[in-house]
Amino acid sequence: MRNFLPGLIVGIVFGTGLALSDMVNPARVQAFLDIAGAWDATLAYVMGAALLPSAVAYLLRPHMARPLLGERFFVPDDRTLDRPLLLGTAMFGIGWGLVGFCPGPAIAGLVLGAWQPWLFVAAMLGGMALHHLYLASGSTLLNAEG
Amino acid sequence: MEPLAPALAIVGGLLIGTAAALLLLLTGRIAGVSGMAATAFGLERGGAPRSQAAGFILGLSVGAALIILFVRAPDMVVTSSVPLLIAAGLLVGFGTRLGNGCTSGHGVCGMARLSPRSIAATATFMMSAAATVFIIRHLIGS
Repeated sequence: MRNFLPGLIVGIVFGTGLALSDMVNPARVQAFLDIAGAWDATLAYVMGAALLPSAVAYLLRPHMARPLLGERFFVPDDRTLDRPLLLGTAMFGIGWGLVGFCPGPAIAGLVLGAWQPWLFVAAMLGGMALHHLYLASGSTLLNAEG
Repeated sequence: MEPLAPALAIVGGLLIGTAAALLLLLTGRIAGVSGMAATAFGLERGGAPRSQAAGFILGLSVGAALIILFVRAPDMVVTSSVPLLIAAGLLVGFGTRLGNGCTSGHGVCGMARLSPRSIAATATFMMSAAATVFIIRHLIGS
């Protein structure tokens, strides 16, 4: 409960934001990505607004010895732009563009009564499982040295 | 498609950013949905506690349900076929783990702290997504 409740509350706030801003609608997301079509600015407003409270929190962080409910902060300080980062995010973008779902909106959208987000989320977990197997195999195929 | 009132988009964005801020200040963790989903399903090592990730993932759907019940029912228009949904899901799942994040972790959290990795990541997925939409809608689709 000590971990579950903060996770749940934060998830609920996040989910209300995704639904209120229509980000759960893949057609609106694809319209933002369609720069040569009937462009929709909604995602730009959403991301711009989301960055404000998030940035305030990251500005507060150096002034806190530890998080209010935790022992320490888990914020990566890695600054290297390597091949897995660029290859992975490019793959993610292709999938996102193909159907208009990214992980948050797809999971929030499970309750909208359509079957498509269920299939997408199942396939997404399949992709994550494949990556898990890839890591477990010890392969360096997709690494910087690969 | 009707444009959404910018006020709704801005309030929604502020809620998303507030959630990211709360998670950082309460638990010290980054509100990345792909990492949280992988952790909740046991597909990620070294992430948030599993119960926290599970609560977060459950909360996303609960939050959306609250908006549907009490505020407005968003449209969901999905025109993608079954094979396309599966292919896209696999790409998003594998790609977000290989690239350590998605729209939330890199876009909302990483860009807010000016992480060079997250800025490069966000530029990369925005460009590859826009290029994909251009190809399917204007080169193949027309």
